[in-house]
Amino acid sequence: MKRYVIVGNGVAAAGCIEGIRSVDPSGGITVISEENRAVYCRPLISYYLEGKTDLDRMDYRSGDFYERSGVRVLYGRTATHIRPDSREIELDDGTTVPYTGLCLAAGSSPFIPPFEGLDTVKNRYSFMTLDDAAALERELRQKKRVLIVGAGLIGLKCAEGLAERAASVAVCDLADRVLSSILDAECAAVMQKHLERHGIRFYLNDSAVRFEENAAYMKSGAVIPFDVLVLAVGVRANTSLFKEIGGEVNRGILVDAGMRTSVADIYAAGDCAEGTDISSGQKRVLAIMPNAYMQGHTAGVNMAGGREVFDKAIPMNSIGFFGLHAMTAGSYEGELYEEKTETSLKRLFTKDDLLKGFILIGCDERAGIYTSMIREKTPLSSVDFDRMKKAASTAAFSAAERRKKFGGVV
Amino acid sequence: MKRVYVNEAWCLGCHLCEYNCAFANSGLSDMALALKGKPIYPRIHVEGDEKISYAVSCRHCEDPICVKSCIAGALSKKDGVVQIDKSRCVGCFTCLLVCPYGALAPSETGIMQKCELCLENACGEPACVRGCPNRAIVYEERGEAV
Repeated sequence: MKRYVIVGNGVAAAGCIEGIRSVDPSGGITVISEENRAVYCRPLISYYLEGKTDLDRMDYRSGDFYERSGVRVLYGRTATHIRPDSREIELDDGTTVPYTGLCLAAGSSPFIPPFEGLDTVKNRYSFMTLDDAAALERELRQKKRVLIVGAGLIGLKCAEGLAERAASVAVCDLADRVLSSILDAECAAVMQKHLERHGIRFYLNDSAVRFEENAAYMKSGAVIPFDVLVLAVGVRANTSLFKEIGGEVNRGILVDAGMRTSVADIYAAGDCAEGTDISSGQKRVLAIMPNAYMQGHTAGVNMAGGREVFDKAIPMNSIGFFGLHAMTAGSYEGELYEEKTETSLKRLFTKDDLLKGFILIGCDERAGIYTSMIREKTPLSSVDFDRMKKAASTAAFSAAERRKKFGGVV
Repeated sequence: MKRVYVNEAWCLGCHLCEYNCAFANSGLSDMALALKGKPIYPRIHVEGDEKISYAVSCRHCEDPICVKSCIAGALSKKDGVVQIDKSRCVGCFTCLLVCPYGALAPSETGIMQKCELCLENACGEPACVRGCPNRAIVYEERGEAV
């Protein structure tokens, strides 16, 4: 009988479980879960702080998920070593778990730069897990001044989430703009202005030289007083287990389109894996939830002897702050098409007869049609792109293509 | 499984399906009370131009990317129908970002809503189909992929 082991218990693991069970109803599945809780929706931790959801509604799957799927979960356990020759995983309690197929879905960890004086800051948090969010919630029962280091997706969602709870929120970043991983300068400026209107203060193109318990001394000379510090500088893929057995690792664990790693019977999925971004053709860690699920599912199917390929991965984010949504996908290369209004900004990037990427701020209608064109590599010459670029619509496809999309089962 | 299909050649572009959809999902029994003088938020919308038009609603895909992408676990597929648990949705719009058909749009509150074939409301069968004056929208079985 097959024995599947999954390291990690996030969305990639859930995808892996469902992938395995779509092929193999009976093989044993063991999940090694560092966190003492069932799989939950990590990106909702900022919504939790904001009061838009609660613990009951943050479960990713129903309460009987593991039981129904025949999964044994080892809570509070950490995998310490892989023994690829004997096909075993060693745990922190000294026990070992044998596997016929292993999926590394270990996620990522917050990266903490070696700031001088950081040790003196007592009220210091990361913003990755539900425990982090719950700790911040406790800390903010009284209104306090918060400084967030990092103006990326995590830092800014955190800022939005605690804006109502905090006395003030300041955000600093080494980058010269907010959301620098997904927005260009002009689009970032639009989002920044909107965030500022909601009381968030920014110190960009600046970094902390030194911390004291309640103050950050910035390179620019600014001194930012705070009661609570949140470090959201970035994350690093958890690759060490795999690295130490000599597996191929770049920023993440390198995988092919079937989520196979360089070591036999070992797969990887989610934020710890590095697959191909088909919009740029480059290997890239795509730490986004849809990707985690789809990679996990593909790994699961293939571990169980089925055949699944996930060769449509692209970066894509839908992120809103105080009611203004920014949607981004793909790579910003090639020719630019732009449309601006008082309340919206649209940028489409085309190259070699393909839509390569887009940024949409405040104009998200039917955006998925653009996303699908990037994922499916739809030739621009096969659609009425002059029409499509003004407004995403299936009306810009040929009648035959529309019949396919709307006339049958898809 | 029965799904909603459209025939572009028969669609008049009258948008009645949008009104019938909004009414069926309003929970009210008086159409004027439900819709008169208010912006409507239907789960089906007519696309096209003066030459060609057709209505778009959820395709209830075999392998729905919206379900796989939902960051809140709010979308699921049961008995072939892609459903949304609105109490879980936080309005992140990731489903809107990935739906290849442009079939999703937010409700008045910013929470997503989608076509559930009127199986969840009092209508019991798709109101868009029932009310289409030219039979340009049908509810029928066209077989699943093997």
